[in-house]
Amino acid sequence: MTQTFIRTEMLPPEAPPARDSGAIKWLRENLFSGPLNTILTLLGLFIVYWGLSGLLPWIFGGVWNAGSLGECREIIAARTGGDGTEAACWAMVRERWHQYLFGFYPSDLYWRPTLAFGLLFVALAPVLFSQFPRKMFLLTLAYPAVAYLLLWGGSVWVPVMLILLVGAVFFIATRIGGGWGVTTFVVLLLLCFGNPLGNILWFLFRLVDALPFVAVPVAFEQSVLGFLAKIFPLFSHVHPWIHSILPWGLTPVNSDKFGGFLLAIVIGVTAISFSLPLGIILALGRQSDMFIVKSLSVGFIEFIRGVPLITLLFTASLLLQYFLPPGTNFDLILRVIILVTFFAAAYLAEVIRGGLAALPRGQYEAADALGLNYWQAQRLIIMPQALKISIPGIVSTFIGLFKDTTLVSFVGLLDPLRGVTMAVRADINWKGIYWEPYVFVGAIFFILCFSMSRYSMYLERKLKTDHR
Amino acid sequence: MNEQAAQKMQVSDEVAIQIAAMNKWYGTFHVLRDINMTVQRGERIVICGPSGSGKSTLIRCINRLEEHQAGQIVVDGTELTSDIKNIDKVRSEVGMVFQHFNLFPHLTILENCTLAPIWVRKVPKREAEETAMHFLRKVKIPEQAHKYPGQLSGGQQQRVAIARSLCMKPRIMLFDEPTSALDPEMIKEVLDTMIELAQEGMTMLCVTHEMGFAQAVANRVIFMDQGQIVEQNEPKEFFTNPKSERTKLFLSQILGH
Ligand SMILES: Nc1ncnc2c1ncn2[C@@H]1O[C@H](COP(=O)(O)OP(=O)(O)OP(=O)(O)O)[C@@H](O)[C@H]1O
Ligand SMILES: [Mg+2]
Repeated sequence: MTQTFIRTEMLPPEAPPARDSGAIKWLRENLFSGPLNTILTLLGLFIVYWGLSGLLPWIFGGVWNAGSLGECREIIAARTGGDGTEAACWAMVRERWHQYLFGFYPSDLYWRPTLAFGLLFVALAPVLFSQFPRKMFLLTLAYPAVAYLLLWGGSVWVPVMLILLVGAVFFIATRIGGGWGVTTFVVLLLLCFGNPLGNILWFLFRLVDALPFVAVPVAFEQSVLGFLAKIFPLFSHVHPWIHSILPWGLTPVNSDKFGGFLLAIVIGVTAISFSLPLGIILALGRQSDMFIVKSLSVGFIEFIRGVPLITLLFTASLLLQYFLPPGTNFDLILRVIILVTFFAAAYLAEVIRGGLAALPRGQYEAADALGLNYWQAQRLIIMPQALKISIPGIVSTFIGLFKDTTLVSFVGLLDPLRGVTMAVRADINWKGIYWEPYVFVGAIFFILCFSMSRYSMYLERKLKTDHR
Repeated sequence: MNEQAAQKMQVSDEVAIQIAAMNKWYGTFHVLRDINMTVQRGERIVICGPSGSGKSTLIRCINRLEEHQAGQIVVDGTELTSDIKNIDKVRSEVGMVFQHFNLFPHLTILENCTLAPIWVRKVPKREAEETAMHFLRKVKIPEQAHKYPGQLSGGQQQRVAIARSLCMKPRIMLFDEPTSALDPEMIKEVLDTMIELAQEGMTMLCVTHEMGFAQAVANRVIFMDQGQIVEQNEPKEFFTNPKSERTKLFLSQILGH
């Protein structure tokens, strides 16, 4: 039998029913919904209690006022009646915190790294949060030069010239635009700061040298390179000249005075900001149709990823010096920054390639069909989406990079974890202190890395426009 | 159809697209075989044929999303070769609408429409936005301008895709099954937009199985099979009196049941 039904009246919309709420109800539903769940809840609570009951007294019962480890121990023993209960000796942190932050940076100049750190947030604000005015990007662009001046000191004309030159080159390149613009930008920059032709020739000679049956006339090699080295580094000749007329500057601080979180942050922030563009270029290079570009990218990525970072750090000077003309002297920190950047860029390139692969072909086709050229399509259509997809991977790489900065202790730099701690332990007062430095340094690393992670989640939410 | 529209739909003598002895292979697979066709300015051509017959490949060759290996394709007087300048020129003259819309999900509807005019045609942003709003009104969704593609229905997205192409003021429009990813009630809104476009005299090449559309606006129907043009005729003749056996079979399959 078929039932006939005809609606005579349409139903008006109603508000949704109010959801049951209340703490008790939540507890019952989420923690004690059944016997198994109840047991697991109790077990979990017990484990948390057991862990914290050991750790918290150690942390919060710590001694802050003492002149040495021995004194700390006496105070604790006196307090507990010598029953063997242990507590942290935070007095060390209280006395040595500045070394953890600044290494051996001269203490009367602490304001300089502190100011640079403060300005970092001003410079990052327009990059990280879109609600700041676009004009602030100019501050961001000027920041590297300002930070360099503050941290290392020296003549003001170095950063001023840097800003002017990069600005001028950037201006010219944007006028040209597209692939040629990028090429011009790189070429002009190299002309201003480096000795590209000399370097390339040097590299070629090196390759030829490696072939045993070709003997390159040494005199020719030296004379050509010497000549080129004189012409090209325009930059290094101009600023000393201005400085001789207007000798403005800050007290220079040598790289070997850097240490602690100052060092970690200098390496981390610089490497992070340069590795992202480099990673993007490598990812695009790997997808390129051009054989040489593709092979170079693949070779670079696979080589750098395949070798432990410590190996790279150890061989940094050897590698860089072999391929650059003699007499090129790299600051140790700069050397480390370059290698950490390369290392992170190789990983980022693969993360970004994953993002690129996740984009449907239709996006490329639509961009092509609208007449956008390769660079426009990459910049406006492909990269914004590919990078958005890759945010979790990119931020993971950044966090990894930042924590890897502690490895620089292996090449003799004063990283916060091992470098500074060794320096502290070398003091007779703190000899034998073990857990406290690690907990302290670990906590600061955690705060910094956790902020990065939270920021990435904020960014993902903000950029979520696909409404899937 | 009114008098004025009928007059606009006149075909001119000027040649818009000329394809001569064109062949294309995917690897060793001969996907397009000896294609010859001439499209006059103002013509509305519907291309149909069974799945895999090379319809998409053919129209994708016209703006060189695919490369052909032999023969000649001349679009608006520019021959398609590997010369990038020619390709960019042709692509900015030829609009394309895809089966799956291919809107840019990270940009708003308005930004989708203004992107290419601003970057390719170097139109000032203000002017590009005005043009975009004009075409969005034309496809009847100006109120969605500040939403993202993901917030629109399929039919609305396809109309945005059409508006996005029109913003480049193309002289030729290519459609690759623009309605086959849509639900029936949305097909009509997209077809209406296309019919309106045809009545304004746009040169159109449209891969579709919407026979109603073909009968309403097409002045030629091309039937393809196995990479070849098997039959072409004006719509009325084509549907009522197909000549080739393959065409008859195909028509009975899509119209029959
Ligand atoms: N990128 C490709 N590589 C290799 N073969 C392809 C490629 N694209 C399409 N083909 C093949 O070429 C033939 C023609 O494809 P095309 O997409 O042009 O068909 P179509 O007529 O548009 O079919 P449909 O109606 O299903 O869209 C098919 O056999 C397909 O398998
Ligand atoms: Mg198709």
